[in-house]
Amino acid sequence: MAMNDAGAAGPKTADDAPARPAGMPMLHKAIFGILLIFLLALPFLVYPIFAMKVMCFALFAAAFNLLLGFGGLLSFGHAAYFGGASYVAAHAAKVWGLTPELSVLAGTAAAAFLGLIIGALSIRRQGIYFAMVTLAFAQMVYFLSLQLPFTGGEDGIQSVPRGDLFGLIPLQDNISLYFFVLAVTFGGILFLYRIVHSPFGQVLKAIRENEPRAVSLGYNVNRYKLLVFVLSATFAGLAGATKSQVFQLASLTDVHWSMSGEVVLMTLLGGMGTIFGPLVGAAAIVTMQNYLATLGAWVTIIQGVIFVIGVLLFREGIVGVISRWLKRPL
Amino acid sequence: MLKRIAFGSAIGALAAGGALAQDIDVTLGVLNDRSGVYADLSGEGSVVATRMAVEDFDAAGKGLNVEIISADHQNKPDIGSNIARQWYDVDGVNAIIDVPTSSVALAVADITAEKNGVLLDSGAGSTALTREQCQPNTVHWTYDTAALANGTGGAVTNAGGEKWFFLTADYAFGHSLEENTMAVVKENGGEVVGNVRHPFPSQDFSSFLLQAQGSGADVIGLANAGGDTVNAIKQASEFGITQAGQKLAALLMFVTDVHSLGAETAQGLNLTEAFYWDQNDATRDWSARFEEAHGAKPTMVHAGAYSATLAYLAAVEALGSAEDGAAIVAKMKEADIDDALFGKTKVRGDGRAIHDMYLFQVKAPGDSTGEWDLYEQISTISGEDAFLPMLDECDFTKK
Amino acid sequence: MFELLGIPPQVLLGQLLLGLINGSFYAVLSLGLAVIFGLLNIINFAHGALYMMGAFVAWMLLNYVGIGYWPALILAPLIVGAFGIVLERTMLARLYHLDHLYGLLLTFGLALIIQGLFRNYYGISGLPYRIPDILSGGHNLGFMFMPNYRAWVVVASVIVCFGTWFMIEKTRLGAYLRAATENPVLVGAFGINVPLMITLTYGFGVALAGFAGVLAAPIYSVNPNMGADMIIVVFAVVVIGGMGSIMGAILTGYILGLVEGLTRVFYPEGSAVVIFVIMAIVLLIKPEGLFGRAA
Repeated sequence: MAMNDAGAAGPKTADDAPARPAGMPMLHKAIFGILLIFLLALPFLVYPIFAMKVMCFALFAAAFNLLLGFGGLLSFGHAAYFGGASYVAAHAAKVWGLTPELSVLAGTAAAAFLGLIIGALSIRRQGIYFAMVTLAFAQMVYFLSLQLPFTGGEDGIQSVPRGDLFGLIPLQDNISLYFFVLAVTFGGILFLYRIVHSPFGQVLKAIRENEPRAVSLGYNVNRYKLLVFVLSATFAGLAGATKSQVFQLASLTDVHWSMSGEVVLMTLLGGMGTIFGPLVGAAAIVTMQNYLATLGAWVTIIQGVIFVIGVLLFREGIVGVISRWLKRPL
Repeated sequence: MLKRIAFGSAIGALAAGGALAQDIDVTLGVLNDRSGVYADLSGEGSVVATRMAVEDFDAAGKGLNVEIISADHQNKPDIGSNIARQWYDVDGVNAIIDVPTSSVALAVADITAEKNGVLLDSGAGSTALTREQCQPNTVHWTYDTAALANGTGGAVTNAGGEKWFFLTADYAFGHSLEENTMAVVKENGGEVVGNVRHPFPSQDFSSFLLQAQGSGADVIGLANAGGDTVNAIKQASEFGITQAGQKLAALLMFVTDVHSLGAETAQGLNLTEAFYWDQNDATRDWSARFEEAHGAKPTMVHAGAYSATLAYLAAVEALGSAEDGAAIVAKMKEADIDDALFGKTKVRGDGRAIHDMYLFQVKAPGDSTGEWDLYEQISTISGEDAFLPMLDECDFTKK
Repeated sequence: MFELLGIPPQVLLGQLLLGLINGSFYAVLSLGLAVIFGLLNIINFAHGALYMMGAFVAWMLLNYVGIGYWPALILAPLIVGAFGIVLERTMLARLYHLDHLYGLLLTFGLALIIQGLFRNYYGISGLPYRIPDILSGGHNLGFMFMPNYRAWVVVASVIVCFGTWFMIEKTRLGAYLRAATENPVLVGAFGINVPLMITLTYGFGVALAGFAGVLAAPIYSVNPNMGADMIIVVFAVVVIGGMGSIMGAILTGYILGLVEGLTRVFYPEGSAVVIFVIMAIVLLIKPEGLFGRAA
């Protein structure tokens, strides 16, 4: 049995091999470079708040993709970390008067802690059960967000001050805030890229492809699963905490389960298990929500249709298809 | 965002040729609930009312090019504040109108002050708009929770309802209404035996009503609004609560709520409003025109959107510009307004519009002559008695 | 009158009774999920949306065709079930060879579409549906006033739940069903049309959701979002009960309704989370669920 499995999993790891030791391949370097130049110019082309929203969701989707695409675990409760962190960061900035970077750190740390607890419980189940368990825990976080005194219930935490970065650089202006958000999200995405292409990332892929084999090779699978869960929750939290600084608000929308569904949709649409897929998916969905907002409930319907088509006909996602054409991992 | 309706620009351009002294662009954004529990009492009706105000003001004839846009905030603070921000930053909106749901209104009030726009709030109730979170750019026109408490809360307590239990919508508005009403109840010698907070919006009130029933209160005060109030009243009757002798006090009810409940269920309820369509010839005329355009009688929120817009446009005309929101609000505070719908009205230093409020009772089905003939007026509460006194630190005319 | 821990008995009994009523909905819905999961291995995320659809179909039958509550109680589940069969044949059937997670994602997408469509045409403020005349009014039980309609909800759900249990556990048809769950290939070899059975099972599970929707229509206002939050609670119920047994799904539904009611008495704010807390505890102690078989 073990031999057969090894044979089946072999080519997959071989595919990834070139990307591993010698740092980033040229193609990825080029894409990240072009992306950065584009993002530097973006706030002068579109409404900066919209651009910041796209970046926050891109980081969120990338963090989610770490868990689903590379860890093979479908969490249906990632809103808990995204929204939970946004509450903590908003509270830190508004009530404790922390500077933006410390507020974001506080939110991120809270998400990591939440991820540790929920992750430790959830990885006891697999597959569909895992999805449902994470969903139920996220719902618990939702009710806590509704009822804990510091979250402001239905009102949320409003009028969060934008503060001065490191206590020195004022971020009240949309453009200066934009570059702060760009640094955070771009840095976060690069960090996730590093994780995926580290030895840890390789083990994750091995577990995803064939868990029994990884166990027989002597890996403590549960520890790896927990670690990837916590990492994913942490970066989802980083995205949520940053978003709360942009919109100066933390609200129930970000902890609601429909947000968990949205990030699944972004990843699925862009291409799960690819590097750039979540970014494309997030940009596509946020843009659609923004420009089709006038259609009201039709936005939900269109999202549902994308889901159905994605699952039935288009499981590789946009970047997955491009990657197949180019015959290179993206 | 939803719809753009350009007024007067075409006519204005024709007539311009130097004949008019000024040519001012004004963009008004009606931001409210267009699909949820407050859609009937605000929603499209407020857009209709705002449009009527622009026409009645003869904006085009006075050189004002007014454009009206509208959007649905879905009663969510995050959605509302995003739209408001984008309206001010990108769409050049000068004033945001209506904004029911206090949590959203408070968020929009802060952004409005930051961007120096104008918030003409008609739909929200929280007194925080002109107190704890007062802003120089806010005008709170129609009603607030203190006025409701003074009206309905006082009347019910004085009629013998001494022990109160509150069923409160768990957000800014509900909290504010509960707090104000508790104060009024205690002031009038009543007693508060308990309260329970329900999620907003809520469908099933049965367990809350059971708690209220077990509390031994004379009166169950419903500190919620719109669809929530309607559902709570229906379920109270299903569980035999009203039949068993406990009274319901709907602290905020609109004529559309009473209409959807039906006079059969709602008869005898006391309620406080700033406006009722059948008060005098002016309100009847205006309401008839409104009904023709919208298909239902106006609520006080619709009337408030109309009157506040009129007052706003007058201030813009006087200043010759719609750019400086704080200056426009200051100008509005100088005016002595004699409004067709609200009577003598004065916008106070804190942005609170002071006008009379009215205590009504819902007619029994037998006394009603038509589907909208629902209220009987019990008394008039003068503006000074209805609203809370101004906080010194919120008097922006002094600064 | 006795008192328990300072809680008046009418409050305690009243809340327990309300809990039982909520539990009735949980039981019917989690039963439907369990039946579908048993044969299709799919977690039907659209279950909440189809429950909502049941309520809307009843409302439409009344307002557009003039068909009242009692016929709707039969007709609406049939219509919803037929709709489910179409979904299964056109979409779900294409996914059986893939990871089960795709079934969850597909039904999630379907739920968004169904809810979005109803929200678009009917708004979210809710439509009234009258209690049938024969069940209006109520009885004073001494400790509380029990509306007749709510008593009927409990009775109807018990009948349907145990009827379903009997059919699956005690009849020949049910035996085929259970056999197909264990080994579809073998059952197919005996000449039983397994794909047809799968389709009908999905239709039946979905019809149960539709039935719960009709039951709910007169209590809650008919509202496009009524199933959205319900489904999450029912998921937790299913995790607690475990997917192994039909009876487990039913009993867990009622028990958790009662637990929720009890929480309302002692700590009302906690009633919304108590089910999720129990779920976490069960996962720690018995990960396969109270009635589940070890996976």
